[in-house]
Amino acid sequence: MSEKPLISVEDLRVTFRTPKGPVEAVRGIDFELGRERLGIVGESGSGKSQTGRALLRLTASNGSITAKRMEFDGIDLIKASKKTLYGIRGNRISMIMQDPKYSLNPVMTVGDQIAEAYRTHSKVSAREARAKSLAMLEAVRIREPEKVYGLYPHQVSGGMGQRIMIAMMLIPNPQVLIADEPTSALDVTVQMQVLALLDDMVRERGMGLILISHDLNLVSTFCDTVLIMYGGQIMERLPAKELHNAQHPYTRGLLNCLPRMGGGHGELPVLQRDPAWMQPQGHSA
Amino acid sequence: MSAPEATTRPVGGLRAWLLSDAPANVWQARAQRAYFGWLTFKSNPIAMAGLIIIATLLLIAAIAPLLTGGAGIEQNLGNRLQAPSSEHWFGTDELGRDIYDRIIWGSRVTLYIVFLVSIIVMPIGLLIGTIAGYVGGWIDTVLMRFTDIFLAFPRLILALAFVSALGPGLENAVIAIAVTTWSPYARLARAEALTVRSSEYILAAQIQGASTLRIVIFHVVPMCLSSIIVRLTLDMAGIILTAAGLGFLGLGAQPPLPEWGAMISTGRDFLLDQWWVSTIPGIAILVVSLGFNLLGDGLRDVLDPRSGASE
Amino acid sequence: MTRKKGAGPFPPLPPFAKNLLRVVFTLALTFLGLMAVTFFIGRVLPTDPAMAAVGNRASEAVYQAKRLELGLDRPILIQFWLFLTSALQGDFGKSIMTSKPVIDDLKRFFPATLELATVATLFGVLFGVPMGVIAAVRQSKLTDHIVRVLGLIGYSVPIFWLGMVSLVVFYAKLDWLPGTGRLDIYYDGIVDHVTGVILIDSALAGEWEVFNNALGHIILPAAMLALYSLAYIARMTRSFMLDQLSQEYVLTARVKGLPERTVIWRHAFKNMLVQLITVIALSYVNLLEGSVLTETVFAWPGIGLYITNSLFNADMNAVIGGTIVIGACFIGINMLSDVLYRLVDPRAR
Repeated sequence: MSEKPLISVEDLRVTFRTPKGPVEAVRGIDFELGRERLGIVGESGSGKSQTGRALLRLTASNGSITAKRMEFDGIDLIKASKKTLYGIRGNRISMIMQDPKYSLNPVMTVGDQIAEAYRTHSKVSAREARAKSLAMLEAVRIREPEKVYGLYPHQVSGGMGQRIMIAMMLIPNPQVLIADEPTSALDVTVQMQVLALLDDMVRERGMGLILISHDLNLVSTFCDTVLIMYGGQIMERLPAKELHNAQHPYTRGLLNCLPRMGGGHGELPVLQRDPAWMQPQGHSA
Repeated sequence: MSAPEATTRPVGGLRAWLLSDAPANVWQARAQRAYFGWLTFKSNPIAMAGLIIIATLLLIAAIAPLLTGGAGIEQNLGNRLQAPSSEHWFGTDELGRDIYDRIIWGSRVTLYIVFLVSIIVMPIGLLIGTIAGYVGGWIDTVLMRFTDIFLAFPRLILALAFVSALGPGLENAVIAIAVTTWSPYARLARAEALTVRSSEYILAAQIQGASTLRIVIFHVVPMCLSSIIVRLTLDMAGIILTAAGLGFLGLGAQPPLPEWGAMISTGRDFLLDQWWVSTIPGIAILVVSLGFNLLGDGLRDVLDPRSGASE
Repeated sequence: MTRKKGAGPFPPLPPFAKNLLRVVFTLALTFLGLMAVTFFIGRVLPTDPAMAAVGNRASEAVYQAKRLELGLDRPILIQFWLFLTSALQGDFGKSIMTSKPVIDDLKRFFPATLELATVATLFGVLFGVPMGVIAAVRQSKLTDHIVRVLGLIGYSVPIFWLGMVSLVVFYAKLDWLPGTGRLDIYYDGIVDHVTGVILIDSALAGEWEVFNNALGHIILPAAMLALYSLAYIARMTRSFMLDQLSQEYVLTARVKGLPERTVIWRHAFKNMLVQLITVIALSYVNLLEGSVLTETVFAWPGIGLYITNSLFNADMNAVIGGTIVIGACFIGINMLSDVLYRLVDPRAR
């Protein structure tokens, strides 16, 4: 990579205080992100979602984030003030969540929510914000944007809701987008459409993308680099193209679990978990 | 299957048994749940304060004879309205009775009221609610309409009306309070029963041929117990205050029973100069109600997962 | 077996009308239940309902007339019917104390209770809502604990006792506030009886001295009642707010870069507004009945005082009449807030 990375993370740890004792959800991971697509794959509990939230300092109140380094464009995210964070969130780094049924405000029209995202970071009049929001609705390929603008989240379908989410998060033109399981709550056919949309928009705007998912196939086709996470640590990192040559037994195990067309009728292997994977790994490049 | 969570605490012995991720049997699972509940409860200083208050109350009521000189009902008109002193810690009232004694014995009256109301309200609410929720159909509709009617009534006013018709007295006050208090529990029990009804283990019990009554009593009712107990604890303060209110109006426990509400009432005429006659019973009521509220709050934090950490 | 829409004798109704019908039906049923219970208390429980109705000082003739009027020799259901129909016409019989129709007494005393409950609820909302929001936002820290305990104390204190104590402190000892009742005797009768609410009537008449005096009189009892409603409102606000703050859309709002204050008020608070309004309405009706004890302590001439006085005078008619009126208000406002909830929440439409 020739230019400086947008995001640079070294030894990120996220720990939660629970009645049972401290629980480390993320245990020392490193990665960098430029104008590229990074995929983070893992099962539930692997810490992948918490990584995304930690970047925006949106961990739950009983959690704490530490890192040797967590920088965005030269700004230290760990020490950043609230004001700095408000300026970064939505504006320079955005995040889309999994299920628009829950992640959109139920008592605000979807149009107003998009307009709000715009007005938070640009001083424009209400009318201008509305016009821009309508344009954005069109950009995410929603027909009849005028009509949809006045709808409430419970009145739109899942696919439309995700497009609205995308519109809302991209309207301030951020440099990085974190997509946390963006299509997991959608029907398969709709998934394709939303992914295609995401693909276009990220490419058009030259954004960096962090795609968090449990879907290995999806990540391997969509991203340039893939991080495999397990138990809060990175097991392996490699270019998406090289996935089939993965070395780490966990990754190999995941790959073997995926059913393949023409892959024979034998029983699918079950992933054998090696307790050694929970031990602190070295920081692999 | 999800990956095991990464923990960093080394454990051993009983603690290990209580914290292990894979309980070997039902008793261990139950013990673990209780332990976690206790840990959460313990970490809440407010709840612990409530527990201490109520435990103290129970203790005081139990050993009342050991703590007091008399039963608090001996009059001594030559000694009336004495200020608190080393001889009479809380002073004496308008009939010369030792207020400290009356407060201590009054704790028994308070607990008696609380106990009576609870044993009336809980079974009625549970039975009506679980049957309505489990059996469903028109029985449900009828029972719930009946419950809703009582739910909509103003408690104190109705209790007043009841007592005015039945005549004053401790038991009548208890009945009046119980009649106006049972309906939320029926509603609660019904809600739980509805959730439980479609569980697989209920289906299993049905397949095994268990009768409806058996299922309701042994399977449905236990599930409802925790929320009912929490609600009851929270309501306890309200019940005590209502009973004290009735006592204040002279409708509850009759003299010479040392009921705290009645004590406040009789001291009213002397409030200006002999403040202790009314003030101290009021403080007692306040402390006990507070204790129940704190306890109930803590219990609810333990049993209701939603009150946990936020973003 | 399927049924065609509109195949019955009645035309199909829009869902809104259906809901309304259901609410009205439930309201009627509940009110009927209230009447049944009060009938039971007033006529069935006492050993001699006629005696209870006329008092034991009434003459034999009056007593016998009452017996006939109540239909005591007729079946219970007929008695209930008589009871119901007269109550619906506003006829609760005569009060033994005042010898006037109970309904007239009630009309005279009701505004005072309304006034008290309204001012108290205003206090409760003004202080309770911000307290609840603050407690939810700073969860598990010292502020939260303080607010919670303060609220709990409000729930736990016997109001009549606090009222007594505060009267002694603020009126007898400190002389900061006027004493019991709604007005000093000096001001009695100056202002015309328009609404029955002295604060409104005196403001309308421009009699500001009267207004001030009335205000002074209402502060203590309203503050006492407000303590309870404040505790309830603060607790519910906190609970609702906590619930909202744990929702996904709040995370979205934060991701958008909205300052925390906007997230709390424009997003989370707006979502709980409807529930909050329901809670406030409930709190209001609770005050209507909670005022009974406060009115006794402060000699506030409202329905609560009326009922308790009637009680001591064994004036069953008055007690039953007052109970029915407050009970009906209670039921009515509860239902109303329920309907309101359904109306305002866009998801429930």
